[in-house]
Amino acid sequence: MTAYLLKRLIIAAVTLVLASMVVFAVMEILPGDPARLMLGFNASADQVELLRNQMGLNAPFVLRYLHWASGLLSLDFGRSYTYSVPVIDLVRERVVVSLPLALIALALSTAIAIPVGVFSAGRQGRAGDALAMGAAQLGVAVPNFWFALMLIYLFAVWLRLVPAGGFPGWSAGAWPAVKSLLLPAVALALPQAAILARVARSALIEVLNEDYIRTARAKGLPYRAVLWRHALRNAMIPVLTILGLQFAFLLAGTIIIENVFYLPGLGRLVLQAINQRDLIVVESIVMLLVAAVIAVNLLVDFSYAVVDPRLRGRQ
Amino acid sequence: MKLWKTILAAAVLTFAAATSAFAARTDLVIGIPLEPPHLDPTAGAAAAIDEVLYANVFEGLTRIGPNGEVLPDLAESWAISDDGKTYSFKLHTGVKFHDGSGFSADDVKFSLDRARADNSVNAQKGLFAQIDRIDVVDPVTVKITLKNSQGSFLYNMGWGDAVIVSPKSADTNKEKPIGTGPFKFQNWAKGSSITLVKSDNYWGAPVFLDKVEFRIVPDAAAAVPALLSGDIQAFPFFDPDSVSQVKGDPRFHVVIGSTEGETILAINNKKPPFDKLQVRQAISFALDRKAIIDGASAGLGVPIGSHMSPANKDYVDLTGLYPHNIDKAKELLKEAGLEKGFKATLKLPPPSYARLGGEIIASELREIGIDLEIVPVEWAQWLDQVFTKKDYDLTIVSHTEPNDLGIYSRKDYYFNYDNPAFDTIIAKLNLTSDETKRKELLGEAQKILADDAVVGFLYELPKVGVWDAKLQGLWENAPIQANDLTKVKWTE
Repeated sequence: MTAYLLKRLIIAAVTLVLASMVVFAVMEILPGDPARLMLGFNASADQVELLRNQMGLNAPFVLRYLHWASGLLSLDFGRSYTYSVPVIDLVRERVVVSLPLALIALALSTAIAIPVGVFSAGRQGRAGDALAMGAAQLGVAVPNFWFALMLIYLFAVWLRLVPAGGFPGWSAGAWPAVKSLLLPAVALALPQAAILARVARSALIEVLNEDYIRTARAKGLPYRAVLWRHALRNAMIPVLTILGLQFAFLLAGTIIIENVFYLPGLGRLVLQAINQRDLIVVESIVMLLVAAVIAVNLLVDFSYAVVDPRLRGRQ
Repeated sequence: MKLWKTILAAAVLTFAAATSAFAARTDLVIGIPLEPPHLDPTAGAAAAIDEVLYANVFEGLTRIGPNGEVLPDLAESWAISDDGKTYSFKLHTGVKFHDGSGFSADDVKFSLDRARADNSVNAQKGLFAQIDRIDVVDPVTVKITLKNSQGSFLYNMGWGDAVIVSPKSADTNKEKPIGTGPFKFQNWAKGSSITLVKSDNYWGAPVFLDKVEFRIVPDAAAAVPALLSGDIQAFPFFDPDSVSQVKGDPRFHVVIGSTEGETILAINNKKPPFDKLQVRQAISFALDRKAIIDGASAGLGVPIGSHMSPANKDYVDLTGLYPHNIDKAKELLKEAGLEKGFKATLKLPPPSYARLGGEIIASELREIGIDLEIVPVEWAQWLDQVFTKKDYDLTIVSHTEPNDLGIYSRKDYYFNYDNPAFDTIIAKLNLTSDETKRKELLGEAQKILADDAVVGFLYELPKVGVWDAKLQGLWENAPIQANDLTKVKWTE
């Protein structure tokens, strides 16, 4: 078990270092000059050069990388070129939107997907299964920005239950803040739930064909108990893998939904920083996300060990 | 009985709440598409900075009014010497910055000296190029001496980049802007909104609104439900394509005005075959401006024949010079020895006028044998490749700076255009302040650009504003990119 963990941790560290090099190099190759973007059409070349110097953009590539990477090690993420505030402050403001949103969406999608998956697998090939999987197919196919707009027109414009978009901030109180995250969470959760339900269903069906399930049934266990206790637990590995990937996506891959609901999330910050060539912000946030994805994957790896006792013994 | 009482009480309460809301609405939420990178108008070109702060938080010696006119602002009056080189500004008294410190002629000198200093990164440094020296005569009088007389000097001092800041807060305005305007900065929730509140110690006419929130709504599709739900009450810069969704709704005013945005098909004048006049003229004849406006701006926008807004008093209508005429275009290409046509690229920045307009222009030019490869680019790439390195054939962009005819005389500008006759006119114009003489010169300049078909002049970008029908005082036109809220109020 310790060796398994150690190996995972070393792989994670190497991945982080490699990712930092790739991220920095890619941003370096990207055409575009943050100084020119700030100064616009009318500024002279000399002035752009002056601002580049002030922003520290004229230092050699390797030096800037080392400076940035060593900063990361001491958890100093640098200062934004455009906002001229520490990157970590920007991230902190956005995480309080993105993280709760991701968690609500994940909880919703799991709460919908697992029961639907179990329901469908238990009725494989029957009408209920066809209906549930048809709905899931629809959930995967419908573009989420369109679905989001429909939700807005129904719940915000027509019923006026929630705001059409925006985020009042946690200082406005927990309920107004959560309320403004509800629609985006639903819009994010449904397509995810659809995928997860399909994965849960097929994993369960595979498990249900195993010999030990027949044995469990043969010894007289009720079908329901077999399904929930024996089958589901063994079908959890593919479900957890997908769940881990989905969480990583929900943290920063939600740019479209953030735009539709004009939420100040991490995704929009990254997009805006890319457009303004605020390189240091992009690099630092991408690294944070890489770290988050690696952490989630580690967690998933560990949870395999929890659900599957065989993995615990493996070296 | 008890139930009746409860219902009655509820009804009375609701009524009271409703009437008080009607009587005293003094808050406003305005939607803006782009978030400003920071809040200092003297340190960046982004229009979003002025859209929040100009005239609201920061003020200059002069200011630009709703129709592009120059109005007194912090300077209540001025006297110009006979040679046009010395301006004496008389300042308002009793003006205070939002941090409570007093405003005087020293602040004017500080601000303008800062903007024109060698190490200044003011995005419009050219506005201050003619200033020779600035003298503080007394606390309410400042004398500015120019190197040469300059016709546009008072206009230049009205730009957002020329606003007056305090030495105490100049370095922190990016995060916490402190000006002399009727509204003071309250809060910036990054990515979300910027809030201004009424300033209690304002020197001028008091404003009607107590609190204004600029909410950032990047997606045009989200703007409509935000209006319909009442979350946001005004979008001064609305997406033309979404207008049809709110047009018939009596709850909203849809106001189509003009901007200073000349939308052009820019041509690299030094790159063969575009260095040939016939080729550029052929392109101008091949353009169907009506079709482009219909497709790229939902039919809103006025065709132009040169680089000047039709709303400008010095505008000359040159749209008749190159009517849509395919035969004429083909003939000109033949004269240039290119009757078989040729291939070229068209680089398109992100705005929809460029992306949509580009498709239409590509199909129009295909009719005369010019085969365009469309290359979509983002702004950073556009500035790098097209604007700085001039690595392009054709591109579409809107030049939103007011009175920017002079860009065609700039050496090394991305048009690669070089005409000494045009340069002479611009040089003369810069030294002329007599209105009739200026009008004449500006007319000549427009004519030369059209004759040379320097670029394909397409149309003036419309300003589409949509706001609550009970709201009054927002600008119809956009002579500069601003949301001046000093006259805005709720009726009822």
